[in-house]
Amino acid sequence: MSIPVVEIKNLDVAYQKQLVLSNVSLTVFEHDFIGIIGPNGGGKTSLVKAILGLLKPVRGSIKHSLNRSEIGYLPQGNQVDENFPITVKEVISSGLEHGLKIRPGTARSRQHKVEKALETVGLKALHSRPIGELSGGEFQRTMLARAIISSPRLLVLDEPDTHVDNQFETELYALLKELNRTITILLVSHDIGIISPYIKTIACVNRDLHYHTSNEISEEQLKVYNCPIEIIAHGPVPHRVIKEHIHK
Amino acid sequence: MDRCRTGSLKNTFTNSMDLLHLFTYGFFQHAVLAALLMSITCGIIGTYIVSRRMVFISGGITHASFGGVGIGYYLGFSPLAGAAVVAVLAALTTENLTRRKVLRNDSIIAILWSLGMAIGIIFVYLTPGYAPNLMSYLFGSIITVTSTDLWLMLALALTVTAVFTLLYRPILYASFDEQFARIRGIPVMFINYLLIILVALTIVLSIRTAGIILVLSVLTIPQNITNLFTNRFSHIMIGSVVLGFFGSLLGLVLSYYLDIPSGATIIFTLVLLYLVARFIKVVIFGR
Repeated sequence: MSIPVVEIKNLDVAYQKQLVLSNVSLTVFEHDFIGIIGPNGGGKTSLVKAILGLLKPVRGSIKHSLNRSEIGYLPQGNQVDENFPITVKEVISSGLEHGLKIRPGTARSRQHKVEKALETVGLKALHSRPIGELSGGEFQRTMLARAIISSPRLLVLDEPDTHVDNQFETELYALLKELNRTITILLVSHDIGIISPYIKTIACVNRDLHYHTSNEISEEQLKVYNCPIEIIAHGPVPHRVIKEHIHK
Repeated sequence: MDRCRTGSLKNTFTNSMDLLHLFTYGFFQHAVLAALLMSITCGIIGTYIVSRRMVFISGGITHASFGGVGIGYYLGFSPLAGAAVVAVLAALTTENLTRRKVLRNDSIIAILWSLGMAIGIIFVYLTPGYAPNLMSYLFGSIITVTSTDLWLMLALALTVTAVFTLLYRPILYASFDEQFARIRGIPVMFINYLLIILVALTIVLSIRTAGIILVLSVLTIPQNITNLFTNRFSHIMIGSVVLGFFGSLLGLVLSYYLDIPSGATIIFTLVLLYLVARFIKVVIFGR
């Protein structure tokens, strides 16, 4: 029997007085791995921010069965200043912060957790590197380590594969699949093709939300859900599958 | 413009004296102390300003505070107290209006910037007689700081140091990624408001020494020099304090020997140090 982790009911969210989500309902159960897809500006990030309590809903309710500190979060890349003077290790440690406590946990346990997180994402050699000197992939690894260091019960990732290399992309999703054995995951992506093998279910978000209880979706279904996104098929050479059409 | 009011040492003290002798004079000891305290406060606060890209906001607060100087002159209370009140109000208004997205952030700053200057000019004009120390507020006058100024600067330096020692990590994390910090339970609003008030007070107390027109450089040049060689928040803070003090001291001595205003010489020295540092970086580190 699955336990609900987040229950969203009839949610309306506005951003600068513009309604971006309307009458959205979704229940996230323990061990879910939901791919949140939809067109740009469709409200994917707003939904995630409402779940995290960063955006106040206009209407409706969001109930959590966990504390906010039990959520791990990887924001969209443009949220932070990539030239801010801070090191990899400092960024990762911030995931352990808890309120204004001067020292959350003992120094040794913190150190141990940071080292474990560095190892998980393969950044051991770069721990003292300022983030401004990292590649796109290394930066996203750092953000992933920050999200998972506190052993969260719910992991929320907003387009974690932006600016990353193919190798890390594969590693990232394999790692998420592994983590999903114990952690509930919400994954925002613009690319259903690449996340499809890893996720369990799909939420199509374009102002409203349609929940799809399978990890695969067809173009026809996307049309029914009013969710205009391109399906990109991934092979050795990236290519887009275009619907059959008659040549005149 | 009366030169000694803008901080030229030699007009006031025409005896020729050697460098060590200079340090035995009370006014010079005051100036050195002021430079030290200013460097500590500005080194730390400036790192926060530069890292968070708040230089323009700081410029707005600085110039808005001139309104307080004018009101102080007109109503006959300390212009510095007037500047402090107006600077804090301008800082809180900017933070609040930006957060509520009432106006574009840079527009709010520009409006407060010029409004403060306008109020200052009107009230100074309305004040009967000649406003004697007006120039020292615009250009600073580190050699005429009083004991009261020094005590205030000491109090601020201690406060800023204590805040950044006790809250170093929450400040760093809230500055880097506000939304993530909120999820981790860090009181981001409290930190933002506390820091913007400290920024305003730092600016006001530096106006006595560096002046409204020049104070921004004390808050940004040492940070940018240090930032050439390190990219860690704590290192930039410490490096800026040291460099700021070295630069101000050098500027102070130069201003005496060249017989030119001290505030402007300090800024000029800091810019020269920046160019030297840039040169060293290119030649030695090759980038």
